[in-house]
Amino acid sequence: MADTMELRDIEVWDGNMAASQALRQVQVDVVAAYPITPSTPIVENYANFEANGYVDGEFVMVESEHAAMSGCIGASAAGGRVATATSSQGFALMVETLYSASGMRLPIILNVVNRALGAPLNVNGDHSDMYLGRDSGWIQLNAYNPQHAYDLNFIAFKVAEDHDVRLPAMVHQDGFMTSHTAQGVHTMTDEQGFNFVGEFQPMNDMLDLDHPVTHGVQTEEDWHFEHKARQQHALMTVALPKIQEAFDAFETLTGRRYNLVETHQMDDAEMAVICMGTSVETAMEVVNELRAQGVKAGVVGIRVFRPWPLEQLAEVLKNVKAIGALDRSSPHGTVGMLYNEIAGTLFNTDAKPVLTNYIYGLGGRDLTKAHLVGIFNDLKANMDAGKPTTALQQYIGLRGPKLSFF
Amino acid sequence: MLEIRWHSRAGQGAVTGAKGLADVVSTTGKHVQAFAFYGSAKRGAAMTAYNRVDDQVIMNHEKFMAPDYVLVIDPALVYVADFTAFEKPDTVYIITTHLSTEELIASQPKLEGKKVYTVDCIKISQETIGKAIPNTPMLGALMKVSGMYEMDFFKENMIRVLKKLPQKIIDANMIAIQRAYDEVK
Repeated sequence: MADTMELRDIEVWDGNMAASQALRQVQVDVVAAYPITPSTPIVENYANFEANGYVDGEFVMVESEHAAMSGCIGASAAGGRVATATSSQGFALMVETLYSASGMRLPIILNVVNRALGAPLNVNGDHSDMYLGRDSGWIQLNAYNPQHAYDLNFIAFKVAEDHDVRLPAMVHQDGFMTSHTAQGVHTMTDEQGFNFVGEFQPMNDMLDLDHPVTHGVQTEEDWHFEHKARQQHALMTVALPKIQEAFDAFETLTGRRYNLVETHQMDDAEMAVICMGTSVETAMEVVNELRAQGVKAGVVGIRVFRPWPLEQLAEVLKNVKAIGALDRSSPHGTVGMLYNEIAGTLFNTDAKPVLTNYIYGLGGRDLTKAHLVGIFNDLKANMDAGKPTTALQQYIGLRGPKLSFF
Repeated sequence: MLEIRWHSRAGQGAVTGAKGLADVVSTTGKHVQAFAFYGSAKRGAAMTAYNRVDDQVIMNHEKFMAPDYVLVIDPALVYVADFTAFEKPDTVYIITTHLSTEELIASQPKLEGKKVYTVDCIKISQETIGKAIPNTPMLGALMKVSGMYEMDFFKENMIRVLKKLPQKIIDANMIAIQRAYDEVK
């Protein structure tokens, strides 16, 4: 039986500590990890908790991130509650096994502390790794601050382990901007945190020797398509309602409200920016300042990145006249992901806002409030003109002459 | 919103200092943020750390800051780092140095006409903690200059923040904090 840790109602934690405390409170059975900056403290803290008797679990040291996720897959298939953490190049090395985890329907929780992908080598936060994972069949939840990094881990376990879902989930937080930024985090007691998720209920576990099963088998053209279709069906029809249910239950327990799509001042907004991570909150503050000047601006934050909340977003954006889609990842050869997703979301609706794309913050480059004010000025001009007054894709915060495309 | 920027060398404890300060401030019901610029900094590389304190939830995650206080915990950084960047007319500087405030300003003209306080956190930490870890003494100096909290309250909370350290080190830190509080000019 693990020891209980006494927590204050508000602890000053960075995002990494917040995530690792959640892993402790849900009593993860196995963490197989190959630590990488800036996610290292998550698994380091778990190992510390485990060594000091605060969690009944196993910490498995492996030789690479590929092996880390492989170890998690094995432990999860065996019937344990499993989690790990990674970033950037480590995440990239995990990609092959991410598809195995989702295809085998294993409810593993992966904390991804978002970091740039080299070259050039860079340890700071952007969303390149998060974007790389978006077709892997995992649920992807997005934190904007350390409190979210804590809370969304509980949500992730509750949803992923639900027998109607059985899909792995990632909890994303911004490298350094969240992972190494200490802020006040409202805690749950160990009992509250554990009970929210409950005892792990294995399904088709390999250690259930009375009911032998096989995992990860080969299927060719005869059945492969059907397996992938069932996986997509679960992700598309079951995951979002279950996430909503978990958000509702979490609000009942803690009073903290999460939504599939987060909105700020969107009820009467004429123009909006759409973004992820810490940028959402900085944009909220800018919108508060613009509102004080009578500007009808709003913010849309993506909370659930996969599955994509298409219908909810279309509803939120139906009356907006100008939208800036802000991507913290280089799209390398096209418009940004959020631009494409939003365009796809709205194309068959009656809403025809002017939509433009901003690439910002690569490799941890600061997104300042002044940048955001500039973006809203662009959106205002687009709204007034009823068409783009800028290039479709602009780079924000870049050295040298202005860079834009399309 | 109160904003503080630390100038330090990696390994001198600016991040610990900033997080410790955030922890103490948080106990009074205020909202806090503590972060740093790391890069792949090696020990000894110049770096900056930051605190924000507000009565409202802090939503701003930009790294840009026009600080109310600049805390320099390595004496040489006033000559090599851009420690006056984005200063405001009333920005207060607390600088670790063996020089007097007048001598320091004479050696670094950028400080002329500014609100400058000096304290030798390196010497204090060497004499009390036994190592050049100038972070906690700087917090003592900040308490004196800012009048943020009573010394007893602050020390009591710092004991909690430092609780994982051996008792001897905690005691030495308390002496260091008190000395910097008394010696800052």
